Amino acid sequence: MDALLNISILHYLVVGAALFLLGVIGVLTRRNVVIVLMSIELILNAVNLNLVAFSHYWQGLHGPTALHGQVFAIFVITDAAAEAAVGLGILIAFFRNKETVNMDEVNLLKW
Amino acid sequence: MTPVATPFFFYLLAGIMIIGGVLVITRKNAVHSALALISTLLAQAGLYLMLYAPFVAGVQIILYAGGIMVLFLFVIMLINLERSIRERQFNKQWLIGIVAAAALGGLFIAVYTKGKTLFPAGRATYAESQNTQGVASLLYDPHTGIYMFSFEIASLLLLVAIIGAVVMAKKRI
Repeated sequence: MDALLNISILHYLVVGAALFLLGVIGVLTRRNVVIVLMSIELILNAVNLNLVAFSHYWQGLHGPTALHGQVFAIFVITDAAAEAAVGLGILIAFFRNKETVNMDEVNLLKW
Repeated sequence: MTPVATPFFFYLLAGIMIIGGVLVITRKNAVHSALALISTLLAQAGLYLMLYAPFVAGVQIILYAGGIMVLFLFVIMLINLERSIRERQFNKQWLIGIVAAAALGGLFIAVYTKGKTLFPAGRATYAESQNTQGVASLLYDPHTGIYMFSFEIASLLLLVAIIGAVVMAKKRI
């Protein structure tokens, strides 16, 4: 009980791992491209939570100005914005050509 | 600030996050998924606050819940999802996908049960007022900003993404 109530870094890592798994399940099993992109956002957010939690741990070791994990999380958010813009652009182009958002019909590059 | 009722808020926010994540990957309607994802992102901003990262929490709310999710909702309304709601929602490989995710989950459980003694049990407290200054001095200070070059590269990446999105969404390439 004490391990459950005394919130440590590990608790945040477990939440991040659970969110990551949900994102992986979404990417692997859903057919709707929009929801697959949202699952990718879930994965990126799980990683971000881990980064900020580790930043908190690192601050404990190296003083309150050691914010490298938080800076990295901001870079990941930048990447997520770029990825969402390009991914949704591709999605609009795909929908214009095929009139569907089904992942299984994206087979033009299939060998 | 000294933390108040940390376990309660942690489990509340973590529960909202996990339930929102489950709703994202199970809902038929993409708009419902997007709304669940917004609640997940807002709860995550709360967890950032509990980790003494107010700047990242603000960026999370403004950029993620405000910017990226509006982009998602825009695209959902631009494309016609009527047909996809009536279709099968999960692909043929769903069983293999869940098995693969379960294997990954087993790996996580093994790593975290083996390595749980590596992490300190208690949590330190930091002054929130210095967080934004600390992040900024790592990002753009001429003397201590070791991430200055990466920051410039990130702006270049955003420029490339803008051009790429415009080209992708153009009618005739």
